[in-house]
Amino acid sequence: MNVIVGKPLTRVDGRAKVTGGAQYAADFNQPGQLYAVIVSATVGLGRVSEIRSANIEAMPGVAAVITHSNAPKLPYLLHKGVIDPAVGERLHVLQDDAVRFFGQPVAIVVADSLDHAEHAAAALRIIYDARRPVVDHADPDVARIIPDAAGADRSRGDADAAVAEAAVTVDEHYDMARENHNPMEPHATIAAWNGDRLTLWSKSQFLMNEQAEIAAIFGLPAESVEVICPFIGGAFGTSLRTWPHVTLAALAAKHVQRPVKLVLTRKQMFFTTGHRPRSLQRVALGATQEGKLTGVIHEGTGETSRYEQFTEALTAVTDYLYSCPNVRTQYRLAPLDTGTPNHMRGPGEASGIFALESALDELSYKLGIDPIELRRRNEPQIDEAENKPFSSRSLIHCYELGAERFGWSRKTPEPRSMRDGRLLIGMGTATATYPAFHAPSNARVRLLADGTAEVEAAASDMGPGTYTSMTQVAAEFLGLQPAQVRFRLGTTDFPPTPSHGGSWTMTSVGSAIRAACLEAQFQAAKRAIADNGSPVFGASIDTIEWAEGRLRRRADASAGLSYQEILAKTGDPIEAEGSAQRDPEAAERYSMHSFGAVFAEVSIDPDVGTIRVRRLVGAYGIGRVVNPLLARSQCTGGMIGGMGMALMERTVLDARDGRPVNAHMADYLMPVNLDAPEMEALFVDEIDPHVNPLGVKGLGEIALVGTAPAIANAVFHATGKRVRTQPIKIEDILTA
Amino acid sequence: MFPFTLEKATSTQAAIAAGAEGARYIAGGTTLVDLMRDEVERPERLVDINKLPLGGIRVDGEEIVIGALARMAEVAADENVQRLQPLIAESLIEGASPQLRNMASMGGNLLQRVRCPYFRMLDAACNKRAPSSGCSAIEGRNAGHAILGTSKACAATHPSDVAVALVALDATMRVQGPRGERSFPVEDLFRLPADTPHLEHTLLPGELIVEIRVPGGAHTRRARYLKVRDRASYEFALVSAAAALSIMDGVVREARIAAGGVGTRPWRLRACEAALAGRKLSRAAFEEAARLATEGARPLHHNGFKVELLPRTIVRALEMAGEVA
Repeated sequence: MNVIVGKPLTRVDGRAKVTGGAQYAADFNQPGQLYAVIVSATVGLGRVSEIRSANIEAMPGVAAVITHSNAPKLPYLLHKGVIDPAVGERLHVLQDDAVRFFGQPVAIVVADSLDHAEHAAAALRIIYDARRPVVDHADPDVARIIPDAAGADRSRGDADAAVAEAAVTVDEHYDMARENHNPMEPHATIAAWNGDRLTLWSKSQFLMNEQAEIAAIFGLPAESVEVICPFIGGAFGTSLRTWPHVTLAALAAKHVQRPVKLVLTRKQMFFTTGHRPRSLQRVALGATQEGKLTGVIHEGTGETSRYEQFTEALTAVTDYLYSCPNVRTQYRLAPLDTGTPNHMRGPGEASGIFALESALDELSYKLGIDPIELRRRNEPQIDEAENKPFSSRSLIHCYELGAERFGWSRKTPEPRSMRDGRLLIGMGTATATYPAFHAPSNARVRLLADGTAEVEAAASDMGPGTYTSMTQVAAEFLGLQPAQVRFRLGTTDFPPTPSHGGSWTMTSVGSAIRAACLEAQFQAAKRAIADNGSPVFGASIDTIEWAEGRLRRRADASAGLSYQEILAKTGDPIEAEGSAQRDPEAAERYSMHSFGAVFAEVSIDPDVGTIRVRRLVGAYGIGRVVNPLLARSQCTGGMIGGMGMALMERTVLDARDGRPVNAHMADYLMPVNLDAPEMEALFVDEIDPHVNPLGVKGLGEIALVGTAPAIANAVFHATGKRVRTQPIKIEDILTA
Repeated sequence: MFPFTLEKATSTQAAIAAGAEGARYIAGGTTLVDLMRDEVERPERLVDINKLPLGGIRVDGEEIVIGALARMAEVAADENVQRLQPLIAESLIEGASPQLRNMASMGGNLLQRVRCPYFRMLDAACNKRAPSSGCSAIEGRNAGHAILGTSKACAATHPSDVAVALVALDATMRVQGPRGERSFPVEDLFRLPADTPHLEHTLLPGELIVEIRVPGGAHTRRARYLKVRDRASYEFALVSAAAALSIMDGVVREARIAAGGVGTRPWRLRACEAALAGRKLSRAAFEEAARLATEGARPLHHNGFKVELLPRTIVRALEMAGEVA
C-alpha cells in the first residue's frame, strides 16, 4: 500500500508563495481596468438626505460616482446559501437611502487610478439625517429575542433545581468582546463583464456560493458567473459569505463598462465583512463534594444585526461535553444597529467553551480537586444530549498526553503559589471540542498519458495547506507519488464543493477526491483488462490489485503495468468524477466530535500587570492526521488566535455612533511574533471508522477552541484573580 | 491623498527657504505619509531632506550628538549610544516595529503626531485636526488617552518613547531656521494642548531640527526605560517610565524620571525626582516618590487605570535602574 497520507510533506505551493508566484484576487489585474473605492457611512443609523456628487464627477480621473440615486435596481433574487443566516435578508447595497449601521456602503467612486478614486471618495460630501444607534450589547434596554432557527433551547432533567440544591455551586457571568477576523489579505474583487457573463477574481472561501449569490443578485443563471480564487491570504471565516463589496465591484464594472478592481481598506474590513459577535453568558454549575456534576445551566446571548439573525453554536458544547443528568442551555440574540456578524474561527464553540471551562476551573478550586481529575470524574460514556455513542472520543487521553508533555504535575494547586523570580507563574488547562462536520462534495481526477494525474475541485486554501493535503490524498489512492499529482482548486469551473470552513474541507473534499481516484483507478483497470496485450488481460476485477504504482494479478506480482502503460495504448486520458456524502446510517447512529486538551503557562508581572504566555501545549484527538507538519501549523495558528482572544483582540465601538474606533492594525491588537510562546501540538492515535472513509475529523476550528479559557485559568492560578471578560487586559490584573 | 509636489533639498539652506514658504519636510515619512493617505495631513509641497548632511551620531566630550536624520534603528544600534546612553537605546528598541525604526528619523520621531483614533478619522470632530470642531475623545473612547496636561479641548498623549528618555536626560536640540540657529531643551519643544491643541510644538515656520545633544553624567549608566502595554511589541505605551539614578553608597544622589502614555507631552516628574534625592535606595523610597506622579491627574471615563499604573510603572523602572530587583 502506498502510504502518503500521514507523511509530513512540505507545502507543494510553498515555493510559489514565498517567491510571489502565487496570485491572490487583487493580483489579477485586467487590461483597461478602473478602480473603485467604497464610501462608507459616517453615521450609525438614519438616512442619506443629500449627496453632493456633481463636483466629484469633474475631479481628475473620475469615471463614475454611484449612489442609491443612480444605481440600477438590482433583481436581488432570493438566495439563501447554507452559509447565510436562515432568517432575515441580506443587505441590499445602494438600493435605498437607509443607513443601518456605521460604515455601511453609501456610494462608490470609480476612477482611472486608485489615488484618484480615493481622493474623490474622500471629497464626496454626504449629508445624513442621523439617529443614535444601539450598539452596546450590555445595554439593559436591548431586546433579547429567541432565534427563529431551531435548537436555541435544550434541556434534560431539571437543571435549575439541581443547581439550587447542589452541595457546591458556581454561578457566574461572562462577557466576550466582539472580534474582527483581520486576515493579512484584505477583501478584494476584480469584476469583468463580457456581455451577460461575469468573471470575478475575488477572495472567497466559498466559490460556489459566491457564484450563486452574485447570479441571484443580478438575475443571472449561475453558470453566467465564474469565480476565481486560487490563493487566500488568511480569512478565518470572513470570506465565507459574499459581502456587499463583491456586488459593488460587479455593479461598478457594469456601470462603467470596464473591468473594475475593488479592494477594501483595513478600516472597511471592520464594517461589512462580519465579526465574531460579542457574547454575554451565564454558566451555573452544581456539583457534589466529590466533584460529580449534578446540574449545568448555560445561557448565552450573541449580537446580530437588525436585518438578519446570525446564530452560532454558543451553548452547544455544554449539551454533550460532560456527564450530567440535569442540563439546560439557552441561546438568545440581541439585534443591534450593526452589520451582520459571521463565523470566525471556532465560531460559537470558542466563545461558549470559555464560559463553561472557566466555570469548571472555578469549581475545581472550590472543591480542591485537580482540574483534570474533575473532568475525568465527569467524562460521559455517551453523548447524553443525543443519547448516542461518540464515533470516537479521546478527551481523557488528550489530557493525559498533554499533561505529561506540559509538566502539569509541577503545578502547585494554590493560586499565587508559583513564582519565577519576581514574576507570578500560572498554569491552566481547558477542554477543546468541535463537531466533525461533513457536507456533500465533488471532485474530478484525470489520468494523463505521461502517468501523472490532475485533480480538480472548486475548493479553497486559506492557509491550512489544502493544495498539499489533497495532493497526498490523491497520491495515496491513485498509488502515485505526490510529485505525479497536480491538484488544482479555486474556480467555479471545477466540481462543486462546500464552503472552506467548519473544519470540513478534508472530510468532505478529501472524501470526494478519494472516491474520484478509486473510480479512475477502476476505469484504468477495466481498460487494462480489456487490452489483449496487457499482463492482466481477461482477469476478473477481484483477482487484480494496485501495488507499487502498478496494476497486477494478485497471484503473480512479477508482471504488471503502470498507468502510463495502460494509457499509452490509446493515449486517451481517463477522467473520473467522484462525490462523497456521509454514511447516513453512521450519522444517525453516532455523535461525531473532535476533542482536545489545551495547557497554558503564563507569567505575570505583579507590579505592572503585564501578562505573557510562556507555553501552550495542545493535545487533540482528530481522527487521522493527513499531514503532521500542516496539522501542527494549523494548531499553532489556532492557539495564537485563541491567545488573541484571551488577551488582546477587541473591537471597540463608540456608542454614540457605532464607530469602531480601533479599526487599524496598530490599535486592534493581535499577538505579534514577540508574543508568540513556545507551542506544541500533539495528536493522539485515534481511529474513527464512522466519520468518513478517510477517518478524519477536521482540525482548523478546534485549534482555536479551548486556548482562551486555558489562558484565563492560568491567569487565575498565577494571581488568584478570576477574570470573566475577554480579552484580559493589564487593567484587569492591576486590582488583583 | 491630496495632490502634492515633491522636491529633494540639495542644501540645508534651500530646505529651510522652502520650509519658510510653507513646504513640509519629509524624512522617513512614517507618520506623514500614513496621515496623508487618510487625508488627515494635506501638504501641498513636500521637501525631501534625506540627502542633507544631518545624519550620524558622534561623541562630543561628555555629550552624545545625534543628527536629526539618524534613523531610530541606527541610533539604537550605535555603540556609543549603548555605552553612554543606554536609556536612549532601550527606549528606541521599545518603540514602533523594526520596519518603522529602519525608516523613521530622530527629528521626525519627536514631531510625530498623536495616536488618538479620532484625530485619524476625518468624520470625527477633533480640535487638533480641525480647530474648534470639538473633541470626540473626551466623551468617547479614551482608554489610551492622557491623565496629565489635558484640557477641555484635547487629551491625546504624546506617542514618542525616545522623547520620554530625552526629556529625562535633559537633552537639548539645535534647530536652524530662516532667522538663524537656536538651541533649547527638548522638553521645550512640546506644547500643552490648552485651547490650541493644533499647535503641538514650538518650532517657528521653516525651522528644521538639526541635531539632538544629550549630556552625560553619573545618572546615565543606571538608566532604564519600561514600557507597559498589552502586547510585547508594536503598540504605543499604556504607561511608560524612564528612570535614571545616580547612586553613591546606597543613597540616591540624583534621580531623573519621566513618563510616557500619560501626558499630553513627554512628562518629566520633578517632584518624584526631588523626593528621591538623598534617600536610601529602597522600594519604600521608590513608592513614596512615585505616589507624587499622579498629582493633578484628571482621568477620563476609560483611562482611570493609568492613575494606578503610572506609579507602579515608575517604581518598577526605578528598581530596574537601581538594579534592586
